[in-house]
Parts: sequence; C-alpha cells; structure tokens
Amino acid sequence: MVKKNWHLFVAFFRSGMLGYGGGPSSIPLVHKEVVGTFKWMNDEEFSDVLALANALPGPIATKMAGYIGYRVAGVFGVLSAVIAATLPTIILMVILLTSLREYKDQPWVIGMTKGVVPVVGVMLAVLTWQFFQNSRKSLGFKVSLVHVVIGFILLQLLGVHPGIIIGGLLLYALLSPSKHKNKDTEKVRGGERTG
Amino acid sequence: MIYWHIFLAFFLPGILGYGGGPASIPLIENEVVDRYHWLSVNDFTEVLALGNALPGPIATKMAGYIGYHEGGVLGSFVGVFASIAPSLLLMVAFLGLVYKFKDSPRVKNMSTYVKPTIAVLLGIMAYQFFSESYKGTGWMHTLFLAAASYVLMERLKVSPVFVIIGSLGYGAIFLA
Repeated sequence: MVKKNWHLFVAFFRSGMLGYGGGPSSIPLVHKEVVGTFKWMNDEEFSDVLALANALPGPIATKMAGYIGYRVAGVFGVLSAVIAATLPTIILMVILLTSLREYKDQPWVIGMTKGVVPVVGVMLAVLTWQFFQNSRKSLGFKVSLVHVVIGFILLQLLGVHPGIIIGGLLLYALLSPSKHKNKDTEKVRGGERTG
Repeated sequence: MIYWHIFLAFFLPGILGYGGGPASIPLIENEVVDRYHWLSVNDFTEVLALGNALPGPIATKMAGYIGYHEGGVLGSFVGVFASIAPSLLLMVAFLGLVYKFKDSPRVKNMSTYVKPTIAVLLGIMAYQFFSESYKGTGWMHTLFLAAASYVLMERLKVSPVFVIIGSLGYGAIFLA
C-alpha cells in the first residue's frame, strides 16, 4: 500500500516537473509513467481515461492524476497523485514570486517583468489560434466565425460574464437534439408520409 | 469571507474551462482582476509569465499562488481545492454515467460549442498583453520580442522555458 502510493507520487511528480506549457502538454509524460513504467493500465484503458477527462471541465493533469490514483490505491492514491502533480510547482511559484516582490522596485526587476509580457502575449495568441483551429475542425469555418463574432460582442462590447455565455452553450449542447437524431426523425417522418 | 471568495474565484474557471488548464486562464483573469481586484492586469501578467516559466499544470499554479497571495497557506489550499476537486469528484463519482456517455454526441458537443468562446477569451487576453507591452516599452521592443519568441517557440521548437528566461534577461538589460 505504501509502495503503491510512493509509486504514484513518483509517477506524477516526474510528469509534473518535466511538463512545460500546462497540463495538456504533460499528458504524453503521464502516459509514459502509467502505461510504460508502472503498467497500471494498457494503451486502450489510458485513452479511455483521457477521453473521459476531456469530456469534463477543469484542469486535465489533475483529473488524470486523481482518477488514476483512485484506481491504483483508492482515496489515499488520489491524494498521493494530486499532491505530487501540483504541490512542488506551487511551492516553486510562491518562492519565486515572493522573492521577486522583495525587489520589485529595482529597475532590473521592472525591466524583466516588461520583457516577458510580449512573450506571454505570443503564447496566448498561439493558444487562441489552436482553439479556433480545433473548433473549425468540428464546427466548420462559418459556424466558428459566427460563434467568435457573437462571443466577442457579448464579452467585450456588452461586458457579459463569460460564465453566463459558457453555461448557456453547455445547456444548449445538452438539451438540443443531436444532428444524428434529427436525421433519424426525418427518416421516420419520411416513412410515415410514404406509408 | 476571503476564503469563500477564493473558492468562488477558482471554482468557476475550473468548472467552465473545457480544454484543460490553459482554457481557464482568461476565466481566472476575469475573476481575479475584474471582479475581486486582487491583482492588476500588470500583476496578473507577471504571475502568468512566471507560471509559464515553471513546469507543471498552469491552473493549479495560478490558484496556489493567488490563493497564497490573498489568504496565506489556507488560501492557497482553498484555491487549489476549488479548481481541481469539483471536476475530479464528478469523474470519480459519476464514473459509470460519464463513461457511458463519453462518446455521446451531446457530451462531445459540450466541449465543441465552448471552444470558439474560449478562443475569443484567449484572443482578448493576448491583445491585452500586447497593448500592455506597447504602453510599457513601445512598439519596437514589443515587436522584436514577440517576433523573436514566435520564431523560437513555434518554428524552431525551442522550449518556452529558455525563451522566457531569455526575455527576462533582455528586459533586465534593455528595459530597465
């Protein structure tokens, strides 16, 4: 039991500390530990878990850690895996930022902060493009563009809280009849007419 | 009261952010900067930039640091808990249910429909960062840093860590 928890800790500590660019970029590293090193699941099970995690909101790395931890060692497994995935980098972050704040009036610290802003701007612009490309693939260019324009007007010009818009979209996705079903009902109707 | 606010500020981005941690960044900004005024846009920029310079999941680093900033160690714990526990509990508790529906078109539509809006939020943030940089350093430095980091990260596939460290060095020397 202790050994299992230790293994979970090692697996998610390593994939957390080596993954740059947020949770999604550490997924291949998690895969290597879970399927390769510790053999807790096979490839198929892992891709099922990943699909499951993607169907739910929230950070992906901790969902994977928590769920795999739960399967391997129950509630303590969840704790071991989630703590290993998050705590070390949070401590680093707090130490780094608090010590930087000590010197925040020094001109070189002010300069450093200014220098990094456009770089993060580029990272965000790349993410924007990726999200748009993803939605273009599933919704098509025109529908995505309409979503983007309406979203922009609501968010930026009318100042609607993003939670309201996203909540509305999620409800619409859940309640609206799916395209597949539409075709079925059309077929049924067609059948009734001819019959 | 502050702990309740920290909880809310990270609960909403966690439960609405489809597409992992990076998707919830603009939602976190919305709560932390616009609603609760814990950080200025400038502070948030700094936190996000340094968050990107460190390894590990981004959403929990933000929650952990901002929670600590506002409410000490307990605040940090509350922030991280709020951003990860709800979706994790959903995943473990409704495992059978979610498993059954994970391939259903409706569940897939949920993350599909949200993506363009997340793109808009991220785009607005990117614009904010560039305009912040233009105000602080002028267009020459902004354009140089943006172009150089784009080429290094996206074309030459240099790790973001080195690019961020490079930009910090550039700032310390040329923008001080």
